[in-house]
Amino acid sequence: MMEILTGLPWDEIAEATLDTLLMLGISMAFTLVLGLPLGVVLFLTGKRQLLEQTALYNVLSFVVNVLRSVPFIILLIVMMPLTEIVAGTSLGVQGSIPPLVVGAAPFFARLVETALREIDRGIVEATQAMGATTRQIVFGALIPEALPGIIAAVTVTAIALVSYTAMSGIIGGGGLGDLAVRYGYHRHQNDVMVVTVLLLLVLVQALQMFGDKLVLRFSRR
Amino acid sequence: MSAIVEFQQIRKNYRVREREIRALDGIDLAVEAGEVFGVIGHSGAGKSTLIRLVNALERPSGGRVLVDGEDVTALDDAGLRALRQKIGMIFQHFNLLSSKTVAQNVAFPLRIAGRRDDDAIAARVAELLGRVGLSDQADKYPAQLSGGQKQRVGIARALATGPRILLCDEATSALDPRTTRSVLALLDEINRELDLTIILITHEMQVIRSLCDRVAVLHEGRVVEMGAVSEVFQNPRHPETREFVSESEIVRLRRDGGGEAAR
Repeated sequence: MMEILTGLPWDEIAEATLDTLLMLGISMAFTLVLGLPLGVVLFLTGKRQLLEQTALYNVLSFVVNVLRSVPFIILLIVMMPLTEIVAGTSLGVQGSIPPLVVGAAPFFARLVETALREIDRGIVEATQAMGATTRQIVFGALIPEALPGIIAAVTVTAIALVSYTAMSGIIGGGGLGDLAVRYGYHRHQNDVMVVTVLLLLVLVQALQMFGDKLVLRFSRR
Repeated sequence: MSAIVEFQQIRKNYRVREREIRALDGIDLAVEAGEVFGVIGHSGAGKSTLIRLVNALERPSGGRVLVDGEDVTALDDAGLRALRQKIGMIFQHFNLLSSKTVAQNVAFPLRIAGRRDDDAIAARVAELLGRVGLSDQADKYPAQLSGGQKQRVGIARALATGPRILLCDEATSALDPRTTRSVLALLDEINRELDLTIILITHEMQVIRSLCDRVAVLHEGRVVEMGAVSEVFQNPRHPETREFVSESEIVRLRRDGGGEAAR
């Protein structure tokens, strides 16, 4: 047992873990920055909402659906030229960020839209009756009320990103998925593959538990 | 007395699946400053639309709504927000923000109105919670309160910016009879002490009897009867009014009859 453990390339595993965490952290940050406003705009421009704009909603909704229906592995490859322009390279942690964000942001935006739709219309009406601007309704009432739902959306998105980062290993993105493919698939070193999968499992489990805790912390209903 | 809210030739149509639905059909009403004005009607009579015209949550298809002599339908966005900050509103389902404490809920309209002075806001919130009898609940969340307490928070919130008009949208319909009585007593008190004009809509006769000075009976988008509460219900002329009167008689008989049986 000890022989197996000492025989593993631990320094590579550590580096790959760090790469995965970096990809996850950076892409999640960009996903939030892009996806949250997109989700709010989707909600506001939707049918019978505050800023109903059917044409704009339909365009945004279509773009979101297109991006969500492209399998991530295809997105990785198709985006390579664009990735090189945006990130300077299509390799490594840096090169994996743009496809990760483009893959996750529309998904997250849709979850935010859904979380906002769950809010009772009476809350919006009451806030309107106070003489609130749309901005005040969004930041003072809608987002605070939807916060548990938005945190749950962040959790689901982060976990989806974990599996995306594993996939980006295929085009030289680095991280645990890359390690699993190189050792497990190309060299038939199954022990390394098992360890990487276990590490990914621990990461997913930790994200879910932390997310659930936060949701509970902010639920007042 | 002078009119503080006036409805002039109000019509309101909705389009539902290519069909025109007439919600309000030629409403003329004047609410006097300082009175409690009730609108009673069955569901679908148009009362919910009518009360929302006052703070322009709904726009009329035709006619004018005057608040303090100002045509609400002609206001721009900024004017509309200023108007709404001077009109309080409470709701059947309270519509409190579940993510904010009682104190934060009451402070919310003040923040929206652009008040920045935290000490002044805290003092105002404490004063309002004292008035509605909830001083010891300031740090609770709405989910921890009873229905009656939630409506008291709603009232405190509606009064925060010192409005001259309070709109009550079926404010006691989700409450039990005893809680209803205490909320009505509170509304009566603030009407007298704050010289507040109250416009309320309800389908309950008891609410009209115990609180209102004048009443309008709304039926299929028209006012079919209007006047002082005692007059209208002593000599009901329209069938709809008679129905409300007899409904409330049945409720009263049942209540008394139930008391007999229990003895």
